[in-house]
Amino acid sequence: MDIEEKVKLIRENLDKEIKSVQSTNDLSNLKVKYLGKKGCVTELTHDMANLSIEEKKEIGRISNELKSRVDAIFSECEEALKNKELEKKIASEKIDITLPSTKISVGSANILEKLIEEMEELFVSMGYDVVEGPEVEKDLYNFELLNLPKGHPARDAQDTFYTYESTLLLRSQTSPVQIRTMLKNKDKTPLRVICPGKTYRRDDDDATHSHQFTQIEGLLVDKNVSLADLKGTFDVVAKKFFGEERKTRFRPSFYPFTEPSVELDISCFNCEGKGCSICKGTGWITVGGAGIVNHNVLDNCGYDSTVWSGFAFGFGAERLAMLKYGISDIRTFYTNDLRIKDNFDRKDND
Amino acid sequence: MAISMNWVKDYIDLSGIDLKSLANKITDSGVNVERVVSHELNNLVIGEVKTCEEHPDSDHLHICIVDTKDEERQIVCGASNVRAGIKVIVSLPGAILPGGVEIKPSVIRGVESKGMICSLSELGLEEESAETRAKGIYILPDDAPVGCDAVKYLGLDDTIYELDLNPNRNIDCTNHIGFAYEVASVTGRKVKLPSSKTHPIEDSVQKHFSLEINTPNCLMYNAKMVKDVVIKESPDFIKNRLIASGMRPINNVVDISNYVMLEYGQPLHFFDKDKLGDKISVRMAEDNEEIITLDKKRRMLTKDDIVITDGSKPVCIAGVMGGENTEVDSTTKNILIESAIFNSYNVRYTSLRLDLRSEASLRYERGLNYEYCNMAIERACHLLEKYADGKVLSDTVTYDNIKKTKKTATVSLSDINTVLGLTMNSLDVKKSLDNLGFPYSVKDDIYTVEIPNRRLDVEAHKQDLIEEIGRLYGYDKIISRLPIVESKKGEYADSVRYRKLISKRLRSLGLNECRTYTLVSSEEDNLFKYDRKDKIEVLKPLSSDKKIVRQTLIPSLLKVYDYNKSRGVKDILLYEIANTYYDMDKEETKIAVLMKGNYISSNWNESKLKVDFYLIKGILENLLNYLGFNNRYQLKEKEIDDMHPYVSCEILLDQEAIGYMGRIHPKVIKDEIYVFEISMNKLMNKKVRPIKFKEISKYPSIVKDLAFVVDDDTTSREIVDTIKKAGGKLLTNIDVFDLYKGENLDSSKKSIAYSLTFSDPTRTLTEEEVMEIFNKIINEVIKKNNASLRDK
Repeated sequence: MDIEEKVKLIRENLDKEIKSVQSTNDLSNLKVKYLGKKGCVTELTHDMANLSIEEKKEIGRISNELKSRVDAIFSECEEALKNKELEKKIASEKIDITLPSTKISVGSANILEKLIEEMEELFVSMGYDVVEGPEVEKDLYNFELLNLPKGHPARDAQDTFYTYESTLLLRSQTSPVQIRTMLKNKDKTPLRVICPGKTYRRDDDDATHSHQFTQIEGLLVDKNVSLADLKGTFDVVAKKFFGEERKTRFRPSFYPFTEPSVELDISCFNCEGKGCSICKGTGWITVGGAGIVNHNVLDNCGYDSTVWSGFAFGFGAERLAMLKYGISDIRTFYTNDLRIKDNFDRKDND
Repeated sequence: MAISMNWVKDYIDLSGIDLKSLANKITDSGVNVERVVSHELNNLVIGEVKTCEEHPDSDHLHICIVDTKDEERQIVCGASNVRAGIKVIVSLPGAILPGGVEIKPSVIRGVESKGMICSLSELGLEEESAETRAKGIYILPDDAPVGCDAVKYLGLDDTIYELDLNPNRNIDCTNHIGFAYEVASVTGRKVKLPSSKTHPIEDSVQKHFSLEINTPNCLMYNAKMVKDVVIKESPDFIKNRLIASGMRPINNVVDISNYVMLEYGQPLHFFDKDKLGDKISVRMAEDNEEIITLDKKRRMLTKDDIVITDGSKPVCIAGVMGGENTEVDSTTKNILIESAIFNSYNVRYTSLRLDLRSEASLRYERGLNYEYCNMAIERACHLLEKYADGKVLSDTVTYDNIKKTKKTATVSLSDINTVLGLTMNSLDVKKSLDNLGFPYSVKDDIYTVEIPNRRLDVEAHKQDLIEEIGRLYGYDKIISRLPIVESKKGEYADSVRYRKLISKRLRSLGLNECRTYTLVSSEEDNLFKYDRKDKIEVLKPLSSDKKIVRQTLIPSLLKVYDYNKSRGVKDILLYEIANTYYDMDKEETKIAVLMKGNYISSNWNESKLKVDFYLIKGILENLLNYLGFNNRYQLKEKEIDDMHPYVSCEILLDQEAIGYMGRIHPKVIKDEIYVFEISMNKLMNKKVRPIKFKEISKYPSIVKDLAFVVDDDTTSREIVDTIKKAGGKLLTNIDVFDLYKGENLDSSKKSIAYSLTFSDPTRTLTEEEVMEIFNKIINEVIKKNNASLRDK
C-alpha cells in the first residue's frame, strides 16, 4: 500500500470514528489512536530508513498535512463537545422563579414618626426651626407662664402627672417648648418654630384615649400677625396631609394661651362635606387648635406685647394619623406590631 | 350643661326663631351646642275620668270611661291610683311613647281599650324606678282643660340645648340668664331679667341674728330670712325645668335654691334658722375639726377649708356642702338664705380633697359675680313667697369685700382688623358690641368698652374685646394668606438632627422604629440596672404599670418583642430612641436596639443569617463608624445586671463608658435575644473630624495568613494589639478568618487564624521585607500572648 492509499484509509476511518465520539474520554482515546506514539498518523513516518531523501521529504509533507487536518477535526469535535456539555450544565441549572424570595431586612419608621417627619419637612421649608424640650417639665413652663396660674379651673381639662410636689410634672402639652424658645431668644427677634413631642395626661388607655400622646405645636412671633396668616398656614398643612381639595374653617374656641382662640377644622375628606360618620354629619373634622398668642404669654417671655404678636397652633399627631390612615385604635401607635410594616413602609401617594 | 329653651324664653323673646338654626348660629360663634333635644310627643291630650270600674277578669285592672272632648273612650288602666273624677294624661291611638312603643286600639282580657292613661315615667319625663312606679299615673290639677294638648299644658314642649362648653364659658353659660345673653348676642334681641319683687313683713333680720366674717377668703356674704315657709311639692314648671336641666325635684324649698342657681349661676344655701341659732361666723376651719355633712358622712377639715359656723361649731363647709345639724327638712318653718362668694381656690381645694364636687361647688370654683350674688337672693325670696307661702323679712345682712372697679378696655378699629386679618368697618364693630350688650363709647374709631360683671372670662384687654367682636362677626369671613415675614432657612435643633441621623441609619440597617411608653412598672424599672440614678416616680399613678419614669428602654422593647412573638412574628429587629429621666429632672436620650431571629432569612433554602453577638456588634460598629468614631471605641468585658455574664460587655468610647451590649440573661427570658443600649448625649458631646479623602494605594498589597494556638481565655483583641504593634505602618489590615476548638487541640486551647495585609501607598513591597515583619509578628505573639503557631 503506498502512502497515498494509507492516508486515504486513515481519513476515511477517522471520518467514521469521529462520528461516534460522545465524550471527552472518547475523544482522547481517539486522539491516542491517531496521534499517539503508536498512532496510525505517527506511524506513517516510521520505517523511513530505507527511503531516499526525496521520498522522505514527500512522506514528511504528506504526513504533516494529514496531521494538521486530523488536529483540525479533533479540535472541531472538542469544541462541539464543550458546547454540548455547557448546554447540559446550563440546562441542569434551571430554577423555579416563582419560589419565595430571600427576605432582605429593611427597617421602618414608626407611623407617628413618619407623620412628624413629613410635618417637620413642610415647616422647615417655610423657614421654621424644629426645636424640642424636656418631657419632665416645670409647672412654671407647662402652666403658669402659659396664663394658667395654679388653681385655674382650665387646668382641669389637663389632668396632669406630677412627679415632685406641685412644681415638676410630665408635660401635658408641648406648649412649654414655646415658652422656653421665647425665653431663650435673648435678642427678642422674630421666631418661627415647630416642636413635636411626647405629652402625658392622666387618662386611662382605651381605643381613643392614651396617657401618652404626641403633639405637634408651632409658634410664629413677629409683628402684626393676624388670624388670616394663621389660616393661610393651616391651609398649607390641611392640603399637604389631607389633599389639595380640602377646605378649612376656624371655629371660635378657648385656650388660656391664645386669644382669639380657634378650632382648626377641615372639610371632611370622606364625604366631601356632605356629612358622614367620620365627620359626625357636620361635614367638618376638627384636627387641631390655634390662636393669636395671648398678650400675657408674650409679656411673660419678655416679648413686649404692644410691639410683638404671634400665632400658635397645635395638632395631635395621633389624631392626624388616625384620620389620614383610617386607624381606629390609638394603641396601634404604641404596640409596634411589625406585621403592619408591609403596607406602611413605602412612599405615600403625594 | 343642659339648657331649657322654654326657660330661656322667659328672659328673651324668641318668637319666629327656629331653635335648630339658632343652635348652629350659637355654635358657630363659639358656644358649642352639642345636641338639640326636643320632646316630640304627639297625640297626648288631657282627659277626665268619668267612671272607673274593676275589670271582671283581673285583680288590678280598671275599666275607665275617659272624656277626651272628641269622644268618651273606654280605656283599660292598671294603675292603683286611677279613680273617677280626676284629670289625666291620655295617649291616644297613634301616639309613640319614648322607646318606640306605639299606642293602638286593643283588647285587654276581653275588654276593648282605646288609648292609655300615662305616668310621667312612661312619657320619659321621670326616671323609671320603683318609687315612680308606685306613684302610678300622673294626676293633673282639677282645672286642666279637657281635650287640650297635655305636653303643652305641662310645659313639656321644651327644646333642650346640650352644651359642650370651653372652660372660659363655663362661668356664664351654665345658667339660663347668662345663656340668654349669649342668645341675645347672636340674635340682636334684648334680655329681660325676671321679677324679684317681694312683700316684706315688718321685721328685720338683724333682730334675729348677727354676722361675723373672720377670714379674707369670704369675699361677700348676704343673708336674708324667710319665715313660715310651707314645705310641699314645687309647681310643675319648676319641676319640669329642673328635670330638663338634669336635676331631680325634691321639694319646693330645695327646688327653689336649685332653680335660682340655674337662673343666675349663684349657688344658695338654706339653713333651718331655728336649728342654726342667732349667729353666723365665717372662718377658716381648724385642722381635724369635724362636721357631719348633708350626706350623713363625717368629714375631717383642715385649716385650708372655709367653714360657716354658728359661732362655735361648723354648720356648713363653704361652697361645698351644708351640715346635717342645720338641714332644711319637712318640719322647717324659718329659713336663712345664704348667697355668698368665697375664694374659689379654697372651694376648689376643699371639694377636690373631700371628693365632693357638685353643681354648686363647680360654680364657686369658676367664679361668681357680685351683681348676681345680690340679685339671686332677692329672686329666691320672691319665689319662696310665691311658692312656699314664706314671709320675707325686710332687710339683708351683708358683708361685702369685693373690689368693684369697672372693667374697661379700649380697642381701635385698626387693632381689630390687624389681629383678625379682616376689613370690618365701624358699623360691624358697633353691631357686635351692641349685641354683646357691652356698653361703649367711640371716638376716632377708638372704642372704650365696659365689660359687664356677668362676663368674668373677658379681661380688660383689647385682645379679649377683639375675640368677642370677631367671633360674632364670623371667622368665616377671614381670607387666608401666608405670613409676610423675613425669609430664612429652617433648621433642626442639634439634638433633633443627630437623633434623625441615627434613626435613619438604624432603619437602613434593618431595624424597625418603636414608640413605647415613658412610664413603666416597678418590675420593668428593676431590670437592666446599668448606670442607674435616682428614679422619678409619678405622685398619683393611674395604675401600677405606669408608675416610674423609665431610665432604660430595653424592658419596653422586650414588651414589643413579646407582643410580636405571640402574634407569630419570628424575626424581630427593633430600635427606639427616647428620652429617659432621673434625679428630679435630668434628661438623657438613649438609643436601644433589640434583635432576635434571622437578620436575613428564607424558609425554603439555606440563605439565612442568624442574629448573634457578632451581628449586633456589627450593627453597633456600623452606627459608631457612621457617626465618625472609627477606631475610638472598644468593648470591655463586664458583668451587667440581667445580661448574660459571658455574652455581654460594656461599650467604651474614648475610654468613657457609653452603654452595654450582649445577650439578655436566660433568667430574664429564655429566648436568645441580643440588645444594646447607649447614651446619645455622650455620643453628641464628642468632636468628630471632618471627612478627608484617603487615596487607595496603587501598588499591590501582600497578604499573609497564619494561625495561632492560644489559651481559651486569650481574647482576639489582645492578639491583635500585639500584631498591630509589631506590624507597624506597613500592616494595613487584620482579619480573622477562622476560629477552631476541638479535635487535635488541648481542651484549654483554641486556634485563631488571621489574614494580614501589607501595603505601602508609595511603592511595591518586597517579599523579603514583608517576611521580616511577618516573622517579627509571629515571635511577638508567641512571646506576649503565650501562643504557638498552629501546624499547617
